[in-house]
Amino acid sequence: MTGHTTAGAAAMCAQVVAVVAGAPLLTGLMRQVRARMEGRAGAGVRQPWRDLRKLLRKEPITPTGTGPAFRVAPALLVATTAVVAALMPLASTATPATGRSDLILVVALLALGTVALALAGLDTGTAFGGMGASREMTVAALVEPTILLAVFALSLPAGSTDLAAIVSAGLRDADRLASPSGLLATAALALAVLAETGRLPVDNPTTHLELTMVHEAMVLEYAGPDLALVELGAQMRLAVLLGLLATLAAPWGIATTAAPLAVALAIALLAVKVAVLGAALAAAEVCWAKLRLFRVPELLAGSLLLALLAVTSSYFLTGA
Amino acid sequence: MGLLRKIRNTGRVAEPAPPPPTAAPPRAARDLGGSVQVRCVDAGSCNGCEIEIAAAFGPVYDAERYGARLVASPRHADVALVTGPVTRNMAEPLRRTVAAMPRPRLVVAVGDCALNRGEFAGGYGVEGAVADVVPTDLEVPGCPPEPERIVAALRRVTGR
Repeated sequence: MTGHTTAGAAAMCAQVVAVVAGAPLLTGLMRQVRARMEGRAGAGVRQPWRDLRKLLRKEPITPTGTGPAFRVAPALLVATTAVVAALMPLASTATPATGRSDLILVVALLALGTVALALAGLDTGTAFGGMGASREMTVAALVEPTILLAVFALSLPAGSTDLAAIVSAGLRDADRLASPSGLLATAALALAVLAETGRLPVDNPTTHLELTMVHEAMVLEYAGPDLALVELGAQMRLAVLLGLLATLAAPWGIATTAAPLAVALAIALLAVKVAVLGAALAAAEVCWAKLRLFRVPELLAGSLLLALLAVTSSYFLTGA
Repeated sequence: MGLLRKIRNTGRVAEPAPPPPTAAPPRAARDLGGSVQVRCVDAGSCNGCEIEIAAAFGPVYDAERYGARLVASPRHADVALVTGPVTRNMAEPLRRTVAAMPRPRLVVAVGDCALNRGEFAGGYGVEGAVADVVPTDLEVPGCPPEPERIVAALRRVTGR
């Protein structure tokens, strides 16, 4: 039993290390795909790591008048995302987190990071910080119900909101993933992930216009190591949420044991799945424009409707 | 679909990279390690230099491939790219912008106006050249400077 637990803990650590090390590379890959499609050469996949290394060496700045909310937010953002990465069965369903990786807890942890950053944006007392925080909360209030409903639709057939149980059920019965409720829930979740990670068409991660910013507006005052944590946190959230989408929609390859070889293979497969999703998202972003802020609720209401249909169809079509 | 076909037919527009800089990077740039975030400050320019800076970061010259990136906040920046003769109204905002940047920080003066007030020398609204207001580390002469020279100055900072 002890051997099992050790192997499981090792698998869990491997997941967290893979997410932390891989998240900046994912962002680099997405920027590179975008650069190539725009006809540019691009800075290379490792550029976000160079940015982080440089930011860690820079002088830390705490603007006058800011309080604990501003100082705590970067660490809290990275910590909650790291815990989420440890809880999710990204590589193996046999980690010590099995039975505790409740999807509602995962959503709550992600929301905690969002709220921390919004409070930090308010704490700076600048006009743009407050505006970004208010927009982020508006989007979050519309996204959280969607994620919870989509999760509900996925957890109904599995009979549990535990992620490991949902993934195991999906691995055993692949037809369930292609059922109407599974596809609708995946589509709703995909839209929610776009909004939650601040990508186009909800938020433009490369914008320089303060009036169009959502996420960027909250972090305008961060500098040096704090900014490194905020950027790493945002990159990890993207990696974790794309990983969640890949894990729920295409769980093939995820180890059901904690055997090192199976876990290593699962992590390699996860990297491929997330890289494909990220590249597809980057390619789509070249073709999309940002939605007007007042149109964003319409998009998110659409994704809520998809999630609602997913729940309804899982009741009526499978009788679960 | 039309856009995707256009992307495929256009292919790569970026010109081949010129040889990397041989001159030693400025002292403040040694710890940056190939990553430079740039904040543009227009201290009173006629916007000629801004057009050239936009071209330097466009697909043809692609300054981003050498590790330079434009950012929205001086707090995120390592380099302030200052253009124009510093007008009386922009002198204090320029000082505050540079003071808001975390160390190590550099100021790059772009264009003849930024170097020696250029066309606007003697104007009643002109406070002085950029070096009269904040210490500058690098200078890019020209009216306006070609994108190649702006990219070359940024490459001396990134070291790539």
